[in-house]
Amino acid sequence: MQFDNGLPIYLQIVKEMTLRALSGAMEPGEKIPPVRELAAQFGVNPNTMQRAMAEMERDGLVYTERTSGRFLTREEGVLAEKRKSFAREETEKYLAYMKKIGFTTEEVASYVKAMGEKGEETI
Amino acid sequence: MSLLEIKNLEHRYGNHTVLAGLNLTLEEGEIIGLLGPNGAGKTTLMKIISGLIQTYDGSVLVNGAPVGIGSKSIISYLPEQTYFRKSENIRSAIGMFRDFYADFDEKKAMEMAMDLNLDSKQKIGAMSKGMQEKLQLIFVMSRKAKLYVLDEPLGGVDPSTRDYILHTILSQYTENSSVLLSTHLVHDVEQIFDRAVFLKNGRVFLNEQVDILRAETGMSLDQYFREVYR
Repeated sequence: MQFDNGLPIYLQIVKEMTLRALSGAMEPGEKIPPVRELAAQFGVNPNTMQRAMAEMERDGLVYTERTSGRFLTREEGVLAEKRKSFAREETEKYLAYMKKIGFTTEEVASYVKAMGEKGEETI
Repeated sequence: MSLLEIKNLEHRYGNHTVLAGLNLTLEEGEIIGLLGPNGAGKTTLMKIISGLIQTYDGSVLVNGAPVGIGSKSIISYLPEQTYFRKSENIRSAIGMFRDFYADFDEKKAMEMAMDLNLDSKQKIGAMSKGMQEKLQLIFVMSRKAKLYVLDEPLGGVDPSTRDYILHTILSQYTENSSVLLSTHLVHDVEQIFDRAVFLKNGRVFLNEQVDILRAETGMSLDQYFREVYR
């Protein structure tokens, strides 16, 4: 994974792991690999990965079972909340951009709808 | 007790003051970037910690004891220049490390060397520079040390060698050891650091967790480094 070095790396890892959960790349209740293994995968140091895990635990995205390790949450509510906040963040960004180049909210809405239905080349 | 505790460290080289009352405390379980431009005193500091320079004022405690025979056995030092003799091969170099260091894991070193597809009887002098750098790092990281002191392990290596070296550091260090790594090429390594220590005018200018620095400044460590040393 390519990091933006201007942002705390542990937060970027939290975001990436959350995306994996939302996109179905990870299943609810799936076992999370050990910290050292994940750290090697991401090319970061284990402390950074540990911090990311602690953050995800605080968020309720993962939970720890004392003897068997960490797991992705099974609670739909937690994932639904995350989905909402991710959607809001991206949409706000997109809307601000579209308004900047001269679209109204209504125009954006119909543009998005048309794009979704027909694909880019027909617009 | 801290892993490393340095107080009022001063070192002169002729008329030139290299370290001017430096204070630094480091704990175990971290990968620490020792940063500063050329001539900032990184190598001098590392040599003092590793016991290679003994002329200094101030106190340097490693695991609570002054630098000396005891600290040498828990510090694994990678010098800037390679220390292999050209006529040596991997097998003889491993033998030498085993004789020198009780904590050297011979089996691990051999395994890691073999992962590089090297012939254990090949002369080290006949290997490429990048290969020698990898091999040297393997030896240093194959000790079960408390503190790994790595002086510019990424100096002049190609990107794939750099990735190999970073991966080796990350996979070999343990929670109860620390790695102190000096570099002036911050961009290439900043994502493996827990903490950055900036040297400036012979003192510690900054000693902070890297993610905290990123959150506070909105800059990458590399950008911040360039600001500080502009």
